[in-house]
Amino acid sequence: MANRGLAKRIVPCLDVKDGQTVKGTNFVNLRQAGDPVELGKAYSDAGADELVFLDITASLEGRRTFTDMVTKVASEINIPFTVGGGIHELSDVDRLLYAGADKISLNSAAIKTPSLIDEIAAKYGSQVCVCAIDARLDDRGWYCYMNGGHTPTDLPLFEWAHEVADRGAGEILFTSMNHDGVKQGFALEALARLAEDVPVPIIASGGAGKKEHFRDVFTLGHADAALAASVFHFGEINIRELKKYLRNEGVNVRL
Amino acid sequence: MEVAIVKYNAGNIFSVISALKRQGVEPELTDDAERLAKADCVIFPGQGNARTTMDNLRRSRLDEVIRSLTQPVLGICVGQQLLCRHSEEGDTDCIGVFPVDVKRFRPDSLEQKIPAMGWNALYDLSSPLMHGLSADDYVYFVHSYYAPVCPFTIAKADYIQPYSASLHKDNFWATQFHPEKSGKVGEQIISNFLTLAR
Repeated sequence: MANRGLAKRIVPCLDVKDGQTVKGTNFVNLRQAGDPVELGKAYSDAGADELVFLDITASLEGRRTFTDMVTKVASEINIPFTVGGGIHELSDVDRLLYAGADKISLNSAAIKTPSLIDEIAAKYGSQVCVCAIDARLDDRGWYCYMNGGHTPTDLPLFEWAHEVADRGAGEILFTSMNHDGVKQGFALEALARLAEDVPVPIIASGGAGKKEHFRDVFTLGHADAALAASVFHFGEINIRELKKYLRNEGVNVRL
Repeated sequence: MEVAIVKYNAGNIFSVISALKRQGVEPELTDDAERLAKADCVIFPGQGNARTTMDNLRRSRLDEVIRSLTQPVLGICVGQQLLCRHSEEGDTDCIGVFPVDVKRFRPDSLEQKIPAMGWNALYDLSSPLMHGLSADDYVYFVHSYYAPVCPFTIAKADYIQPYSASLHKDNFWATQFHPEKSGKVGEQIISNFLTLAR
């Protein structure tokens, strides 16, 4: 028997470079992992609730390849998907939504030009606007980073999360750089604080290594969705088995 | 089989078109009253603000065209809301096929976030549109407003309170959720709707 109310979502993330998916460990050392459309379909069939495709290509040529890929994904896949990477201005958002994306994810662009969030929310509604936040905990506390985790900023995580929600972001995709790629579990304390403080759904990212980590991110971290890449890509965790496990642990998931 | 999609500047319909194509149907996107009237069935999608989309419809008199259709019609998301009598969003008078008024969700805790976005389970299913589904099949929703449970409810979902996930009256069907984004369950619903028109 399913629980009533919105289910917790399991979201595989596919980093795409030149039309191929790759996955970094701690944001470096990219590994080849497969074809985005095939992989997306396989995940949809396996019970993924949503997909995220991040374009990590820098070139203009790569950008066109990515837009074509978005259209292929939208034609063949019947679950929602978010695209991010290389979004600098409203015209990038227009291009990706017209190519068939359901939501777009902003990261560095939101920090450089916060009003872009307001513009997207006004034009398309908050539900298409995901704001991705990469942050690291150090002696000063949690601070945001830009450019794929390469550039530190003076923005405190919790203040920035509030601001993006106020400006109209419909969801926050929070990646803990301390936990990303380490596979020792999600940043539960920071997530629980975000869930309590910020009035939009939180997608947790960074740290998934085993099934128990997903249970904890929902029950202790109060996340609305959990995102992971390599544990799914390399078959370390099977999504269908993961969701059965979560249902048995009392988490409302779609089976 | 001719499937028409109402064209009225109401958000991204790429996914709706793709979902129909996957069922072997090549839909026609049109705002032409005659072409809509002669289609075997009509899909009435919708995303965005009820006031803005209703204004778009009125400007081209498509509200009257839709009300007068006699073949199976499927409203999706804001399409369902616009087929109701009134929406609290922008205090908007709507098309009025379903005699029920659309309300805004009023959260009673921080856990209840608006828009309600994600997968929710259906229950109390009736109507051929829900053929082959089991209670507690999940479908994908994105919305801040809802139609309350009423005599035309053919599927319910719970968010804050029970509400109409789907409505049916005469030749009009509607879903608050997005069947085109609801995996295999959504495909079954679209297939059921096409069967109604065959």
